[in-house]
Amino acid sequence: MPAVTMKVNGVSRSAEVEGRTLLVDFLREKLALTGTHVGCDTSQCGACVVHVNGQSVKSCTCLAVDADGAEVTTIEGLANGADLHPMQEAFREHHGLQCGFCTPGMVMSAIDLVNNNPDPGEADVRQWLDGNFCRCTGYHNIVKSVLAGASAMGGGS
Amino acid sequence: MSDNGSNGTGFIGASLKRKEDARFLTGRGRYTDDINLPGQLYAHLLRSTVAHASLGSVDTSAAKAAPGVHAVFTGADMEHVGGVPTGWLIHSKDGSPMVEPKHPAMAVGKVRHVGEIVAIVVAETRDQAREAAALIDVDYQDLPAVASLEAARADGAPKVWDEADGNLCYDWEVGDRAAAEAAIDGAAHVVSIDVVNQRLVPNAIEPRAAIGNFDPTTDEYTLYTTSQNPHLIRLLLGAFVLGLPEHKLRIVAPDVGGGFGSKIPHYAEEAILTWTAGQLCRPVKWTSDRSEAFVSDTQGRDHLSTATLGLDQDGRFVGLKVSTKANLGAYLSTFATCVPTYLYGILFAGPYTTPAIYVEVEGVFTNTVPVDALRGAGRPEATYLLERLVDKAAAATGIDRVDIRRRNFIREFPYQTPVALQYDQGDYDATLDLALSAADWDGFEARRSEAGSRGKLRGIGISTFIEACGIAPSAVVGSLGARAGLYEVGSVRVHPTGSVSVFTGTHSHGQGHETTFAQIVAETLGVDFEAVDVVHGDTNAIPFGMGTYGSRSLAVGGTAIYNAVQKVIAKGRKIAAHLLEASEEDIEFADGNFTVAGTDRSKSIGEVALTAYVPHNYPEGLEPGLEETAFYDPLNFTFPAGTHIAEVEVDPETGVVELVSVTGADDVGRIINPMIVNGQLHGGLAHGIGQALLEHCEYDAEGQLVTGSYMNYTMPRAGDLPNFNINHNTTHCTHNPLGVKGVGEVGSIGVPPAVINAVVDALSPLGVTHIEMPATSERVWQAIQAAQAQD
Repeated sequence: MPAVTMKVNGVSRSAEVEGRTLLVDFLREKLALTGTHVGCDTSQCGACVVHVNGQSVKSCTCLAVDADGAEVTTIEGLANGADLHPMQEAFREHHGLQCGFCTPGMVMSAIDLVNNNPDPGEADVRQWLDGNFCRCTGYHNIVKSVLAGASAMGGGS
Repeated sequence: MSDNGSNGTGFIGASLKRKEDARFLTGRGRYTDDINLPGQLYAHLLRSTVAHASLGSVDTSAAKAAPGVHAVFTGADMEHVGGVPTGWLIHSKDGSPMVEPKHPAMAVGKVRHVGEIVAIVVAETRDQAREAAALIDVDYQDLPAVASLEAARADGAPKVWDEADGNLCYDWEVGDRAAAEAAIDGAAHVVSIDVVNQRLVPNAIEPRAAIGNFDPTTDEYTLYTTSQNPHLIRLLLGAFVLGLPEHKLRIVAPDVGGGFGSKIPHYAEEAILTWTAGQLCRPVKWTSDRSEAFVSDTQGRDHLSTATLGLDQDGRFVGLKVSTKANLGAYLSTFATCVPTYLYGILFAGPYTTPAIYVEVEGVFTNTVPVDALRGAGRPEATYLLERLVDKAAAATGIDRVDIRRRNFIREFPYQTPVALQYDQGDYDATLDLALSAADWDGFEARRSEAGSRGKLRGIGISTFIEACGIAPSAVVGSLGARAGLYEVGSVRVHPTGSVSVFTGTHSHGQGHETTFAQIVAETLGVDFEAVDVVHGDTNAIPFGMGTYGSRSLAVGGTAIYNAVQKVIAKGRKIAAHLLEASEEDIEFADGNFTVAGTDRSKSIGEVALTAYVPHNYPEGLEPGLEETAFYDPLNFTFPAGTHIAEVEVDPETGVVELVSVTGADDVGRIINPMIVNGQLHGGLAHGIGQALLEHCEYDAEGQLVTGSYMNYTMPRAGDLPNFNINHNTTHCTHNPLGVKGVGEVGSIGVPPAVINAVVDALSPLGVTHIEMPATSERVWQAIQAAQAQD
């Protein structure tokens, strides 16, 4: 079996994987980072979104071997101790989550939006989150959270 | 103390941030699939690929010999265990009990829907189990299938069950047929409508999962499962399927990623995983993938209905008759039989004074995935039919849509409906007025004109509705066929140094119970919010419970907790009286302090708690400790109500419907946490809008699911929805001490007819009078073409 090494949340991690092992399974099963979730099998729901080399990726659609040598950030890697990332804090403040299952993917996706567009409008947020499903919130408070998170991350509005 | 138990500390009514969020936001939620037990094996469930077949041989020899495989079991191996039960016995018009076939955990003799479990393969890894399952050779001897209500009820239709003639499970009725028909016959106006309430897939984003475990040293089974009601699972699994006593069966429902009804039922998978773990003396985990969920999670709705409403010359409703066919699927799931009857037929008074109502429902077997509760469960189906019919009545009589509703509102409470319910309280004019104002109803024609200048057809739609929540009084539901009581249990443990653990039989899978229930306890017991933790989801930790569904958690479970707090205070009063050398009657309790009336002599709840656990100076005959449990059986349903208004713009060239705005004015009873309540309303609205505009679960004639993944089942996405305009007008429930009603299902009940009424309003200049859900662009475009062809 091939071995992969990647820097996950700032720590170098190595493991043997099958060639077919998905990045999400590597994170969940090999590294016990269970904050990244699997909600579908057609790459639509976005519960599995992580950052690979700073960009949002659906980790159910990426082989672990393809992330060999990469820097990977998961939801577990965002907070600094007890201090939440501004986007996490915005979701908490604006009730942008209910059951919490889609939340890690939402937050990771939202941060990548702001990295690409520091001052998104509501329409930008709704369009960007096309690949992240939530069944609980009706997106109303997620949109509010992302806008507030963008602002807290230093965006214009 | 103010009314409804508040000590005035300000926790009730405050939008406190949620206790549960810290773990969810940092990836530390603990969902079933996140749990791995030492020595755990993995299961794959082989499911039927055909909708109806006799099962010939099931050859598992190659699978058993495959790498990593520990065991393969089929229906024959589990044939001796009990069937998966259904929770509600319905009787037909003639008094006969419903047809109730045995539901084997794994298929025996026949398969009856695509997705039915044929075998379980257990292996060292998930992939090994899946690959071995592909080696099982199943001889399916195809039988003709019935996949729709029309096909199942057609003359000479193939039978899903030999014992169910005409594929009828029951032929149920409620109300007075003769009175309703006589009223309609004598009415000045009569309007009728045929509607389809399409099948939906619940699609909680967390797929179902289960881990069975057996400890041979204690003979104890543990099942981790994605359930909304762990005690109910223990009852059904233990008593009916596997024959395990409660003290040897523990059910853990940890963090659960949404339910929406699909995680109420006791599923065959839960029995299979528990039994298999016992056979192997190893933990066994199964996690559904999404494609599997589409053919194995219970589905919702699926009605065909026709209804007739009679009105007098002033537009007052005089009689209503409803005939419905309800698809139950191939097997009877836990709440399958009561959803289209006692959660549906009894809603047809709505907020109106219709004096004569009759509802008849055929429960029908088909070769499809079982149908059970889905957010709203029966009440959306009733509300949609009624509110479409009221709009048709307005069109037929020429009476304004708002006016005709107002003319028929119930204004005197309590109000006994002709279909069993007694409403305790409400103010339907207030929510209507609030919604009309918030949506600027009066300014709509100007917006319609402006849209017209852009080539768009703009429409506005309204729905005024009621729901029956907080299920339910045990004696009432027992007389109607429920096989369980529907009370709830709350336990409050004040620890020696004053922190508090609260145990609830309800289950939180997004609703924020850990916060809301802590607010109730902090306020009523006068302790710090941070000092209160709420425990749910483990039958070994919690005395008992019936779980979360039917918007019952706060009204029933919250009241149980409230009552347990009152018991704690009553005991604390005895302890305080002893410490303060006063009589018990002179002790007042407020803000966490027991005070001798008219003095400044007092003891805090913390001092009383410490005394209860260190009883050196203690009332004679009183037990030490400060922990109380309350079972609360509600006196009635609760009746949230409201008005929803939707505004749409239709592009006549493409049929695309843009949902421009959604306004809600809701009376959900007393609000504990406005932030959480509004979140629940948002989610329900999204679910209802999904039904109105996007979602449709379709089978082909052979019973193959056509919409079996997110590629072809349209889930509401962020871009499909507007922001929601939420407004509240509150009346308090009169029969629980908190005055609470329920909120989780409001949106999915109230908004679908508002949206469709808006679409029909937009298209009405073209002569369109009805459109079925979901109002997709294709369907709208075809309706426009058909209307234009008639011109």
